[in-house]
Amino acid sequence: MQKKIITFIMAMTIVGVAYATPVLINGAGATFPYPIYSKWFDVYSSVHPERHFNYQSIGSGGGIKQITAKTVDFGASDGPMTADQLAEAPGRIFHIPMVMGAVAVTYNLPGIEKGLKLSGDILANIFLGKITKWDDVRIASLNAGVKLPAQDIVVVHRSDGSGTSFIFTDYLSSVSGEWKSKVGKATSVNWPIGLGGKGNEGVAGFVKQTEGSIGYVELSYAIKNDLAYAYLENKSGKFIEPTLESTSKAADRVAIPEDFRVSIVNSPNPAAYPISGFTWLLIYKNMDNSVKGKAIVEFIQWAIHDGQKYTADILYAPLPPEVVKMIEGKLLEVKY
Amino acid sequence: MKRKDTSDILFRRVLVIFPCLILLIMGGIFLKLTVSSLLSIKKFGMVFLFTRTWDPVFENFGALPFIYGTLVSSLIALLIAIPIGVGTAIYLAEYAAQGVCKIVSSLVDLLAAIPSVIYGLWGIFVLVPLMRSQVQPFLGKYLGFLPFFHGPNYGVGMLSAGVILSIMIVPFIISVSREVILAVPSVYKEAAYAVGATRWEAVSTVILNYGKPGIMGGIILALGRAIGETMAVTMIIGNNVTISASLFSPGYTLASVIANEFAEAASNIYLSALIEIGLVLFLVSIMVNILARLLIWSVSAKQSTGMKAYS
Repeated sequence: MQKKIITFIMAMTIVGVAYATPVLINGAGATFPYPIYSKWFDVYSSVHPERHFNYQSIGSGGGIKQITAKTVDFGASDGPMTADQLAEAPGRIFHIPMVMGAVAVTYNLPGIEKGLKLSGDILANIFLGKITKWDDVRIASLNAGVKLPAQDIVVVHRSDGSGTSFIFTDYLSSVSGEWKSKVGKATSVNWPIGLGGKGNEGVAGFVKQTEGSIGYVELSYAIKNDLAYAYLENKSGKFIEPTLESTSKAADRVAIPEDFRVSIVNSPNPAAYPISGFTWLLIYKNMDNSVKGKAIVEFIQWAIHDGQKYTADILYAPLPPEVVKMIEGKLLEVKY
Repeated sequence: MKRKDTSDILFRRVLVIFPCLILLIMGGIFLKLTVSSLLSIKKFGMVFLFTRTWDPVFENFGALPFIYGTLVSSLIALLIAIPIGVGTAIYLAEYAAQGVCKIVSSLVDLLAAIPSVIYGLWGIFVLVPLMRSQVQPFLGKYLGFLPFFHGPNYGVGMLSAGVILSIMIVPFIISVSREVILAVPSVYKEAAYAVGATRWEAVSTVILNYGKPGIMGGIILALGRAIGETMAVTMIIGNNVTISASLFSPGYTLASVIANEFAEAASNIYLSALIEIGLVLFLVSIMVNILARLLIWSVSAKQSTGMKAYS
């Protein structure tokens, strides 16, 4: 009898200690979603104070490297892992979309506010260096009534590797065969022409200072800093303003594969903004540590439901409902 | 014969550890850089140093545009900073009143302490608009026949990067040169005045000659900083992988490409190529330093034979 009581008390203390000691979960990866992840971890820790999440925004490449090496519990990336990268990992890795982001094309044309209409073909030719003047007939034909200056187009792109560049070059590759064969899509590419700015701030800074320049920045950055951005022609031929709603539409009622490793640029949805993308959390299917694994899965459950209502304030686009349902199903496959 | 104290022997042995540590660290850095870039060295070989493309998508990497950018921006910086630096040092050491000398020297030291990023920010908001609206159009108009001042004027580019580097390295040149000039023995200066030299002649024939090795040492120090400078340059140089004779065109340096692309580089060959760029930077710095050292030795050798001729 005494033995039973002692074992019971010991079991209770162990369980109590396990619940009382904080669980520290480390993650690393993409810089793009860092603001929303920070907000989520902050709010989640008030719901589950014993779970501490620590996230280092070292870049998507770093996130992929670290989760492959298992130095972190979860990774984050703006670009999906390639088949080679997945093969290198010691276990099967799941991509879980968390939020959506868009890339806005910003320009500096005195007297012209946001709303210049551009098509994917024109954009690719500008960044390839084939359309060199703003008053080119191809741009003018889309913008009747807008007085375009006879100025040289100064192209500005990102000098540092970034998920924003990945989504943008992904879009250019899908609308221009020449771009796809000459330059390709990646977080860092061999840009044919243009100045390189460091970070969204660098690109926006150059564009603001240089008349006749064109560049690309994250939508949230463009909105926060009141930049003039273009309305792009999507796959259905409509000119769409980049907003949080049109970004979410890019994954709405669109075929998404069950591993979520999909590019949603140039989406077939007629109301979608064409330069949108997911940002993913990278987790192993079989979690080594069951306490941490449970914490991560439950955090993701919270983030794709309750967490989505925090996205609008920080200017991220929430996931559409069908995608959330698919993620719920996927999470059931995770073993911890 | 006096027997050495054990504390002396011990002190000497402990001191020897420190230079050995420095050599170990340098050797370790070199080794690690080489080992990590082996993948890229095996794939590209020596052609890496002469290839002009940098393509992460099709995995074709070359270091030539970056080497060009590093050397040219540092050269421009030196061309601007040497006359200003040595001139300021001569003024402070020879002509200025004690109070002025102290104040200006402190301000110069402060200039050296400003972080690189602040220079970059100042450059973006002050220097680049100035270059774009005033300086470069002026140069293009009057010196446009030279191949150095052709082409579109963005404000950012090689010339702006060179100017900002010169501001960053001028304090080193001023500090070292001032010390060197102050250290010239009065005997030489008095001898010069005694034979009727003017102030300017005394400075140029005696002081600068005596101080040449020291001043050159200061210049090497400054050059070392210019070659390795990362943040300020990457914000001002335009980050475009090109080689162009024009100083108005944007460029790219070895340090900038590593700072920009290392965080997101995912594939092994990409990483290896970036580390090889680091190795190239390491070797370029060493080679420049060796060349400069040789120059100093030859100057000091001539100087000491020259002095011997007088005695």
